[in-house]
Amino acid sequence: MADALSALNALNKGDVPLVFERSVPGARTDMLPPLDVPESSPDAALLRSEPPLLPELTEGEVSRHFSALERRAFGVNNGFYPLGSCTMKYNPKINEEMAALPGFADIHPRQPERNVQGCLAVITQLEGMLCEISGMDAMSLQPAAGAHGEFTGVMMIKAYYGRLGDGKRRTKMIIPDAAHGTNPASAAMNGYTVVTIPSDANGCVDVVALRAAVGADTAGLMLTNPNTLGLFDPNVAEITGIVHGGGGLCYYDGANLNAIMGITRPGDMGFDVVHLNLHKTFATPHGGGGPGSGAVGCKAFLSEYLPKPGVADNSGSLTFDNDMPLSVGKVRAFYGNFLVCVRALCYLLTLGREGVPQAASNAVLNANYLMRRLADPDEFVHDRACMHEFVLSMKKLKAETGVSALDLAKGLLDKGMHPPTMYFPLIVEEALMFEPTETESRATLDAAAEAFRALVKQAHDDPDSLHTAPHAAPVRRPDEVRAVRTPILRYET
Amino acid sequence: MTFPKTLRYTKSHEWIEDLSDGAYRVGLTDYAQNALGDVVFVNLPESGSELISGEPFCDVESVKAVSDVYSPFTGTVSEINEVLLDSPERINQDCYASWLIKAEANAPGSDWLDADEYEAFAASEQGH
Repeated sequence: MADALSALNALNKGDVPLVFERSVPGARTDMLPPLDVPESSPDAALLRSEPPLLPELTEGEVSRHFSALERRAFGVNNGFYPLGSCTMKYNPKINEEMAALPGFADIHPRQPERNVQGCLAVITQLEGMLCEISGMDAMSLQPAAGAHGEFTGVMMIKAYYGRLGDGKRRTKMIIPDAAHGTNPASAAMNGYTVVTIPSDANGCVDVVALRAAVGADTAGLMLTNPNTLGLFDPNVAEITGIVHGGGGLCYYDGANLNAIMGITRPGDMGFDVVHLNLHKTFATPHGGGGPGSGAVGCKAFLSEYLPKPGVADNSGSLTFDNDMPLSVGKVRAFYGNFLVCVRALCYLLTLGREGVPQAASNAVLNANYLMRRLADPDEFVHDRACMHEFVLSMKKLKAETGVSALDLAKGLLDKGMHPPTMYFPLIVEEALMFEPTETESRATLDAAAEAFRALVKQAHDDPDSLHTAPHAAPVRRPDEVRAVRTPILRYET
Repeated sequence: MTFPKTLRYTKSHEWIEDLSDGAYRVGLTDYAQNALGDVVFVNLPESGSELISGEPFCDVESVKAVSDVYSPFTGTVSEINEVLLDSPERINQDCYASWLIKAEANAPGSDWLDADEYEAFAASEQGH
């Protein structure tokens, strides 16, 4: 009994044994009926020489194991999660109900097209809505995440120039220094040389530097607007004009679309290719909570390069169209993360034409409210209205107290909230990037602001207590250097 | 923070030690290692690689981010500090002993700073 109690206490404290450590030889979750058909065995050459190393547990123990892990995790269902650039908004439960409908959840990807017409209709309907929101003419839902969408979009740009016979000449992709790290990665993985251009004093693209960088070797520009400082670039039309003037194409990274959806459109700003993060902007679970979807869209002149198959309407019946000779090809098995698309469509249908821009407005309002309540003016990187997120620099606090952005982030864990994004964008020292999203109440924002100011005061009064934070979380401060340099990636007996 | 008088510096926070006869050693300044935080990996170029002034020749990864290190001159790498591959933390412990590369430069940079100029520049970055 004492042992059982101490085991329970350990669990509540957060010390969860690995599933292998819970394993008891012979424990199982199934009871198979006796064999009533002739026994047959595969080729001996195909058989394992020894059984696989798998944990052996009863169903009850499996359930307790995962519940114990769940108690140690923190998600949007647990509390405030202002992780900048990640749009951790509430994921409405009705999306889950719709995605669980048997007609969506129990289909097989090899079923004949004629009996998955409803699923194909989801794809075309969602593509149509995303085209409307982004100002694009065609869309593919195949890419499985944001960076995958970027990679696909840049592949399309490359295929386009290849066909024009311009591929060898246009070798450079221009990317602002505030960009998400995936932008230069996607460009480099497609064989482009990345040209970084600086931000100007207002935190936006330095138009003079851009003008100087654009030339006959420019394949394109990759831009996030609003950018990673949470600022809308007022020169965006001029920027895309400069790139087009040099014969380049403009790529829109849709990571920050939540601030502008239904209000203004990348297509109207002059972008030719976009990707949208359905798992951010359109309220599908992410961040360890589920797979993503990085839909890629383009203007009509690029539509032939989209991934194949597309979904086509053949006089009332929907079919997969593989007759796309210029396509960059298939980028994901079957048709992307289909059930994520069902959730995104449900979200859009729930919000409707009025609700989509309202959600964007509320996201911007919440971010501005939190910025003014939470930050000291000394901590602003740019003291002006933000969009859906804002970035603070804790440089002064670090110089005065030795407490870093990392220490504050760890301290916030003790206050029951998820930390903001740290040390990004790279152009801001000791950066903390907050994105509250539209689904948080004023009371939550007030509480977060109070918690943050209390930590800043604590940094002055008792800096050591923050160097060792968190004190109440299931995991204290890991040795990050050791974790990066000598990670333990697999279970060993 | 210390900035030895015998070294020259760049605005991208590299130090340069003149070994005479056109040979130099290059490393990261105290300001840079402090801003980076704990360094966990260093990617060094190969001996013999070409350097272009102002272009990245190496990257360092800290627990915060991966950052490029820029070459202060155009030239050729003659030796790399292999010790850092296994012990990148030495950059935090003693950044001026932890040189990254030894290289032959075609010509010294015209915009290198001396210790006093760099200290003033680093202070302005700090207050920025």
